[in-house]
Formats: sequence, structure tokens, C-alpha cells
Amino acid sequence: MTTLTDPPKESFRLSMLIYDTRYRSATIQVVALIGFLLLIGWLISNTAANLANLGKPIDFGFLGEPAGYDINQRLIEYNSQSSHWRAAIVGLLNTLVVAVLGCITATVLGVIIGVLRLSNNWIVSRIMTVYVEMFRNVPVLLWIVFVMAILIETLPAPRAFRGDDATASMVFSESVAVTNRGVYIPEPLFSRGLGDIPVFGNSFEISLDLIAILIVLGAGIWGSTVVRKRADRIQAATGDRPTTWYLRLGLVLVPLAILLFALGFHLGYPALKGFNFQGGTHLRNSLIALWLALSLYTAAFIAEIVRAGIMAISKGQTEAAGALGLRPNRIMSLVVLPQALRVIIPPLISNYLNLTKNSSLAIAVGYMDITGTLMGITLNQTGRELETVLMGMLVYLAISLSISAVMNWYNNRVKLVER
Amino acid sequence: MSDLGFVRTEMLPEQAPPATTVGAIGWARQNLFNGISNSVLTVLSLVFIYYILAAMLPWLLSPTWGAESLNECREINGSGHGGACWGVISERWLQLMFGFYPPEYYWRPIAAFLLLGVALAPVLFDTAPRKLLIFTPLYPFFGAWLLWGGTIWNPLAALAGFVLGYYAYKVVAAAAGSLAGVIAAALVPVLWWLFLAGPVAGALSSILPIGIQAVESRAFGGFMLSITIGVTAILCSLPLGIVLALGRQSDLLIVKALCVGFIEFIRGVPLITLLFVASTLLNIFMPPGTNFDIILRVMIMVTLFAAAYMAEVVRGGLAALPTGQYEAADALGLDYWKAQRLVIMPQALKISIPGIVSTFIGVFKDTTLVSIIGLLDPLGLSNAIRADAAWNGIVWEIYGFIALMFFVFCFSMSRYSMYLERKLKTSH
Repeated sequence: MTTLTDPPKESFRLSMLIYDTRYRSATIQVVALIGFLLLIGWLISNTAANLANLGKPIDFGFLGEPAGYDINQRLIEYNSQSSHWRAAIVGLLNTLVVAVLGCITATVLGVIIGVLRLSNNWIVSRIMTVYVEMFRNVPVLLWIVFVMAILIETLPAPRAFRGDDATASMVFSESVAVTNRGVYIPEPLFSRGLGDIPVFGNSFEISLDLIAILIVLGAGIWGSTVVRKRADRIQAATGDRPTTWYLRLGLVLVPLAILLFALGFHLGYPALKGFNFQGGTHLRNSLIALWLALSLYTAAFIAEIVRAGIMAISKGQTEAAGALGLRPNRIMSLVVLPQALRVIIPPLISNYLNLTKNSSLAIAVGYMDITGTLMGITLNQTGRELETVLMGMLVYLAISLSISAVMNWYNNRVKLVER
Repeated sequence: MSDLGFVRTEMLPEQAPPATTVGAIGWARQNLFNGISNSVLTVLSLVFIYYILAAMLPWLLSPTWGAESLNECREINGSGHGGACWGVISERWLQLMFGFYPPEYYWRPIAAFLLLGVALAPVLFDTAPRKLLIFTPLYPFFGAWLLWGGTIWNPLAALAGFVLGYYAYKVVAAAAGSLAGVIAAALVPVLWWLFLAGPVAGALSSILPIGIQAVESRAFGGFMLSITIGVTAILCSLPLGIVLALGRQSDLLIVKALCVGFIEFIRGVPLITLLFVASTLLNIFMPPGTNFDIILRVMIMVTLFAAAYMAEVVRGGLAALPTGQYEAADALGLDYWKAQRLVIMPQALKISIPGIVSTFIGVFKDTTLVSIIGLLDPLGLSNAIRADAAWNGIVWEIYGFIALMFFVFCFSMSRYSMYLERKLKTSH
């Protein structure tokens, strides 16, 4: 017969902090924390001492001063008398514009190339392989300057469009002019527009037309979703799916068309006046080059992701779905695609993130994004390295973290629920 | 059964398959012309390839290797015939390779890169002689000395720090336990580098001046610069990335938070902003009066950048490993580091080879960004060459050459990773 006895009481010794697993992790963490704080403190004290020596304490007052430089590609009103802060906002919007445009075209191109690379046509799949290897193995910065050079060197100058013996002509029934100074496209105009409303104390203006269009579009899509859900319910109950595509399309398009007509929507076409084109929206070479190069480059990566995603779905899935009696397009949409997307989406989004970060290379072709305005000219003019670079980093960090938040949300939604 | 006329007793010899299903014709029918849409695609692709080649080949094959300026090229090519102007490459390729490195010392970077191959051979290929492994850890010091020159005592003093650390560990661990040994091994070299290495190297070089002509970092350029930055960042980021990945997977809350914060911060900002930090801010963060080399600053930032990406790749490998492996290592009684070294890491790293190599390729490609902060990498040099009066207006040849060089480096890296994957594959 044994009795339970407590283990011998050990008095606490200093060496237990290291050798006793109960305390060791706490010891390591405290040491790491102290080391980290010491490092941060050291850096901050160095910075403070250096800034004091230079005679420029941290001060964000420069943001309110007039910027004094021009930005030719912009979404909102800006002139050289506007503040550095506004210049930074223009830059941020330019970053977002090229990122969004780039992500869309890169996805479209990447999906096409990825699917064609799996084609059983030998020559097509080889061409796509060459494309992917060519773009993946050459730096994106080189592609950007290369595309810029192509645009400047090979496209006709605006004067080539002039006169009776014009060597160049506008495309898409005289509505788009592709020149070596950029591309001129028609701009949307509203003859009965609603005007703008000022926000943030008159510093920005948001077009009411745009808001109205977005609201109507959103409502149309919501209505179409309701119709789809109703069709789903009917199918679940009766097995027959009512044909709804014309109803859904109409719900989106008809109100939009009515609104556009009510607003007096028309297009302003670019026209050659003197030595240059007037009217229309002018997409400068720098934007086109950056957009094109980033899309082509990222498309190569997306193509590989799409290919891997499709190949990751085993053939048995397709065969099993076929054995259940599903038609090929239903197999694709109900069985293969949902599983492939689970593999494709996370790396796809991290490629969007890379594209957004690579858009900072705009500085190489003179596109004024946030790197070009805040961390470029503003930095050089005000000499505020610490403030501008920190602000720029925070902006990119905010963009990245919001994209990762979307990714995590999606990942959690489609995660396979396992044991 | 005698009315049975004839029964064949031997097999007929096999007949050759129809000519249309084998050989070139059969292959083409199967892979290029099976079905109408595929045939259309094939024809379209062939037309596309023909146009590309028809446009490229005459341009590529223009006889302008000897030309000394763009005008001379145009004369050789004749009017209306747009051929490439390869004179710029034949005249400037040494500059594209070495930047403004003094020509009489070109042998030094060449030797450094040949020796890099020797040092890496035993790591990369198991057919290389094992004895070369002794040279591998010595190479970083020797290579840096070859590139930057100066007295030999500086790299030797830096190397002495590691040797001292090793002996400090041995002595202290024997006397006061392994943990004290680890602390001593970390502390002694740091103290040596901070306080003693400089004076000792200075004293030794005044007594015994062995050295080669020093070359300033400003003279570095071209592919030499890209490879120097790239190789340093690649080699340093792998161990740093592994440590960060382990930190991120660790149970220690504060360590984990620090690692996650570092990784997410670095991955969240573009490399170009980190290079701005290197060029404008890093000196502000250091004690007043410090002014260290711009190439070194860039190397530090690129290394940190690469390490964060590497950490995520390695973490993927760690996460892909079945939990059973961790549990089995624990059950064998291995401590944390032994388990990592003997069980976890060999498998996790093998899984993450493709990711690791694509990070390497990405880092090497990203070295072109240093041209934006004014270093003369190939892209930075190309701007200088295009500004030259003789070559003003040249575009395709020089970009094409740089692109081809990068392609060769990066493509061979990706092929090596495929070879490594095949070699290490243990499944069926």
C-alpha cells in the first residue's frame, strides 16, 4: 500500500529560470522583449540625436505648404499651388488606379494563358510556356522601361494624324488616338449632370453622377441576386430551374440605361487641334507603360497559379461528377471550379499585392504615384526624409494589410472543414 | 474434324502501324491537328511565329558588331533597313559587366565569381569533391577581400570573430554548461568586432602590410554589382528566414509577435521604400557620425526584405509537415533544436525548395531596383550609355542584352531547383 505524497518541495533557485521548463519560456521572452526594447530605444535615441544635429525635428507642417510642382496625370483637381498633402493624395489615387487596372488585365491575361498552357495543342502550349518563362525571368523594372521605350519609339506622333496624307489614323471609328504622347480615349460627359458635392470641408469634390450610377448599379446587382436565389429555391423544391438570365440582365442594365439617359450621358471624343489632341481623356505613356508592363509581368505568374490550380483537381472528381449525371458545364461550375478556386485564390491575391507594390516602380517612367509624389519630389523639395518615407511606408502597409484581410476572410470562408 | 481445311499454327508477324499514326505525321495529327478548332489554332500560331521571326531575325542578324556609334550603324545598315546596332554591346559590354571597376583589376571580380562557383559546388552538387566544403565557409571573407581589396587583415579579423566565438563556446560550455556557452559564443565575437577587430587589424597591417589595391564601392557597377548584392542577400536571407519562420511558429508569445510584426511589415512595403530607407534614413538611425558604405546599406535592406519572404516560404514548408513528425521527434526525446535540425528542417526545407528558389530569383531580379537610388547596376548603366553622344537613341539592343543576361541567370536557377526536387524526391 502506497500513499500519495507530494513531490519534495524545491526552493526557487535562480538557475531554474533557465533549466526549468516551467520558467524557461518566460525567461526567453522577457530577454527577447528587453533586447527588442533596447534596440528600439537605441535607434530612437540615435535618430533624435541625428535630427537635432541636422536641426530638423520631426514636423509634419510641410504637408500644408504649397507643393510647387505639377502632376500631369491626375484624378482630382490639383495645381502647383496645392499642398504637399494634396499631392500625396493625388499620388495615392494614381497608385490605386494603376493597381486596379493592372489587377484586372493581369487576371484576364493570366487565366487565358494558364488555360492555353494546358492545351493539348503542342505549339500553343509551347508558345505560352515561352511567354511565361520570358516574363518571369526578367526583372519587372526592365519590362517597364522596355514597354515605355516601345510606346515612345514605335507609335506615331500626333502630327502624323494631320493633313490629307496622314500616316496614322484613329482607331475604333475615329474615337481613340494612339500616339507616342499617350492614348486619347473618349471621356464620359453628362449634359444634365447633378454636379459635385464637397466633402472634408471643401477639399475634395465627389461627383454626384458617379454616386448615382454606383447606387443604381448596386441596386440592379442586388435585384439580380434576389432573382437568382429565388431560382435556386424553386430548383431545390421542384427540380426545375426557371430561365432567369434575361430578367437578371434587364434588372442590371435597364435602370442603368434610364439613369444615363436622364443624366444626358454622351462621350467627348478627342480631336486633333493644332499639334496635339484636345478633348477626351488623355492616358499618358507613363500610365500605359506601367499598366501594360505590370499586367504582362503579373499575368505570367497568374498563369502558373491557374495552371497549378486546375491540375490540382484530380481527374476522379470530373469522372465522379460525370457519373452523377452532371453535364460538362455543370461539372466545371459546380465541381471543378469551386475546388480549383480554393487553390488559386490565395496566391492570386498575393500576386495582386505584389502588383500593387511593384507599381511603386512608376518612378522609373515618371508616373506620379505615391512614391513619385510623396517619396519623390516632396522629399527632395522639403528635405523631410524621415516623415515622407515613413508616411509612404504606412500607406503601402495599409493597402497590403487590407488586401491580406480580404484574403484571410476568403480563406476562412472556403476552408475545408476537417476534423 | 477432318473437313477443317486449314488452321494456322504460327502467329502472323506484327504489322507496322499505319504511317499516319506514327512518326512525325502521327505526332502532328495527334498534337496539332486533332479537330477543327485545334487546327485553326495551330495555323494561327504558325503565322504568329512566322511574323515574329520575320520581324526579329533580320534585325538580330545585322552586321554591326564593329560600329563605334549609332550613326556608323545606320550607315552599315543602309537606309530603310532597321537592323540592330550591336556595336554598343561590343564596345560597352565590359562596362555592363563591371561598371567603373578599374580595368587592370578585372581579374579580381572574375576570380571572386569563379571561386564562388568552387565554394558553392559542394553545396549544390553531391558529385563535387567533399573536401571543397572546407573552402565554403572561408569564401565570404576571401571573396569580399578580392572585390573591395585593401589589407587582408580586415577580413581575417572579421573571420577571427567567428573562430573566437567557437572557442568561447567550447571553453565556457565545458566549464559552466551549454547555455552559458551559447551566451558567451554570442557575446565574445560581438565585443571583438565592436572594440578589438579594427585596432588589431590596423596594427597588424602596419606591421605586416599584405594587401591589394582597395577599390571604392562607387566603382562597382553592372552585373558585378547585381550579383554581389544578389548573392549576399540570397546567402544571408536563408538562415535569417529560417530563424524568423521558427519564431513565427513558436509558442513563445512575445517572440512570435516580434517575428510576425517584422515579417508583415517588410512584406507590406515595396522594396523601393526600403531602398529609400537605405539611401536616406539608415545613417540617421545609426549613432551620429556613422557613415557606412551605400552598397553595404543596400545589401542589409535587400537581405532583410528577402528574409521576410523566405520566412513565409519556410513557414509554408513547416506547416505542410504532418504533426506526426513533430510528435515522433518529441517521442524520441530530442530537444527542440535537435528535433528541428534532424527531423523537421530537412523535410520542411525539401518541401519548400520551389518557393525558396523562386524567392532567390525574385531577389536577384529585384537588385535592378538599386538603379532608382542611383547605383550603377546594368539598368543604371544603360541610362548612362544612352546619354552618351555616340549612342544617343539606342534602346532595344541594350535592354535586350540586359534582359538576356537576367534571363540566363534566373532560368538556370529555376532549372537547378527542378533538378534538386527530382534528386531529393523520395515518394513514388
